Amino acid sequence: MPDPAVAAPADGPVRRSFGRLRLVFLFAALAVLPYLLSYSQQEIAVLLVINVLLVSSYRLLTLTGEWSLGHVVIMGVGAYASALLAKRLGVPVPLSLLIGGCMAAGTAAILSFPLFRMKGFYFLIGSFAAGEIIRLIWKRFTDPFGGPKGLKRIDAFPDIDTGFLSIDFYEPVNYYFLALVVVSASLFVLYRIERSRIGLTFHAIHWQDRLAESVGVDTFRYRTLAFVIASFFAGIAGGLYAHYVGAVNPTRFSVDQMVYVLVWAIVGGTATFHGPILGVVVLTVINEMVLRGLGLDTARPLIYGAILILSVLYLPDGLESLGPRLRAWLQRRRGGPAAAGGEAA
Amino acid sequence: MNAPDGLPILEARGLTRRFGGLVAVDDFSFAVREGAIHGLIGPNGAGKTTTFNVISGFYAPTAGQVLYRGRDISGRKTSALAAMGLVRTFQGSTLFQEFSVLDNARVGRHLGARSGFLSRLLGADRASEAEADARARDALAFFGLEDLADEPVSNLPHGHQRMLGMAVALAAEPKVLLLDEPFTGMNPEETRRMMELVRRIRDDGVTVMLVEHDMQAVMNLCDIITVMNFGALLVEGAPDEVRNDPAVIEAYLGSATGNGGSGNGGSPNGGANGAGDAA
Repeated sequence: MPDPAVAAPADGPVRRSFGRLRLVFLFAALAVLPYLLSYSQQEIAVLLVINVLLVSSYRLLTLTGEWSLGHVVIMGVGAYASALLAKRLGVPVPLSLLIGGCMAAGTAAILSFPLFRMKGFYFLIGSFAAGEIIRLIWKRFTDPFGGPKGLKRIDAFPDIDTGFLSIDFYEPVNYYFLALVVVSASLFVLYRIERSRIGLTFHAIHWQDRLAESVGVDTFRYRTLAFVIASFFAGIAGGLYAHYVGAVNPTRFSVDQMVYVLVWAIVGGTATFHGPILGVVVLTVINEMVLRGLGLDTARPLIYGAILILSVLYLPDGLESLGPRLRAWLQRRRGGPAAAGGEAA
Repeated sequence: MNAPDGLPILEARGLTRRFGGLVAVDDFSFAVREGAIHGLIGPNGAGKTTTFNVISGFYAPTAGQVLYRGRDISGRKTSALAAMGLVRTFQGSTLFQEFSVLDNARVGRHLGARSGFLSRLLGADRASEAEADARARDALAFFGLEDLADEPVSNLPHGHQRMLGMAVALAAEPKVLLLDEPFTGMNPEETRRMMELVRRIRDDGVTVMLVEHDMQAVMNLCDIITVMNFGALLVEGAPDEVRNDPAVIEAYLGSATGNGGSGNGGSPNGGANGAGDAA
């Protein structure tokens, strides 16, 4: 499977400005979106934006070839840390969010010592075990973590009130824009990392770690780096969640939730940057619009499972592969056999 | 060409590696002179590849030492050895198959293209990346691969993939290059060209050590040859001495009959009739 993110030749200026134009349209659409939604749909949109960051940060870790089952717990570390800092120590919320991200990153840095002695399946199981240990700590130590009931009445983002302009972040629309700004900035950083030599090195470790090591890549350090960066942004997503919902508990970060992240990533595809985002958006829309509309939302795990199986069988490269496939198909129809080879590659 | 203090650039002393009850390398010692092309040969199962894997840091030695410029480097990480100038290649087409040819060589420039995390993020590494790009292209040009820079590796024929494997290693600017069976699977023409390139690499100041089955190539290319058998040193010397050594001939003939004449090990006299070995 060629990886477009790496293998693609440098974009020409025409394509680049076309890409920028598309980005402008996308943000315009995202700015208008909440005003077209009902109140409860706006709340879902906030969670969706947070989940976009969660699944995109997860993809950065998968670039090195390792799949973790602890990513949602790491998100929880950010959520708990930011909530406790604000509640107990009175740290202002935007700052607590940042420190929460750093705590999640620090947790990953410590965990990488035992976890990156393993690869593949063993890493997967090891990350699950590490996540469960963290969840048990939250459950066991009622002080400060609140035990199985978790933390409640977490401070919200402070209102902005400058006299003529006042923004109340209890309003989902306002929180939506706040989350959109934080998540867009985070995605930009993740994107830059992937397009830099660091991203090239992550891919190299994924495909041939021994060869990468032989030309001087410290594979342990780079695996740790991917894990730490991914965890930082998962922690930020956790903080955004905690200060929006106002409550966190260990069940919210259980492996059930992790399975959803995996389904989003697999259904969307992980070869491109936008694949997992596509996955989480499409599946959330299906979940909220279609299933809820039909009154089938209790059957969510069943339907998600079916979607996962169908996509693995019929769309193994994920939703992200639909675009190129469609383009190749159109070209074949339009240009006949002569143009068939061109774009399909 | 010797190191100023007369020390060999790479040395093994009493090297031993056990896998459970199996002793793959047994109290094996050798020394590689700076600027030499040093061959390591032996019948199948003699422990050549294990020796290579110990020298290049994939396994720690069970006992004994590996010395690089007189410093003990046994058990160090492969990436740390690469940073010191000790770079290895792999058998077969061990490459980043999913990357373009150029990106393979760019990964080879990993050590030469250092830059901070923030400057990577902000794109301030442009100058060092442009240089890495140019050096990577130089390495490709050395092996005649510059016109294939944007091709995906999987489109390359086997011979070109072997060349690319060398280009990736060369991009890392080694002081000592460890080649693991560089001629395997090459046709005689490709072998001849590769031998020429290995000589040029040596003439550029890189010490070369290689493990190889193609006897004709080894005999023609190497300045000195170490023969292993049963994990230990059998004979060491110039190609002509090794070729006519009775112990070497016996080791190979014994192995050849043991293998049912598969001929993979080849005969040390292959210089005369070893054309079949190149296949």
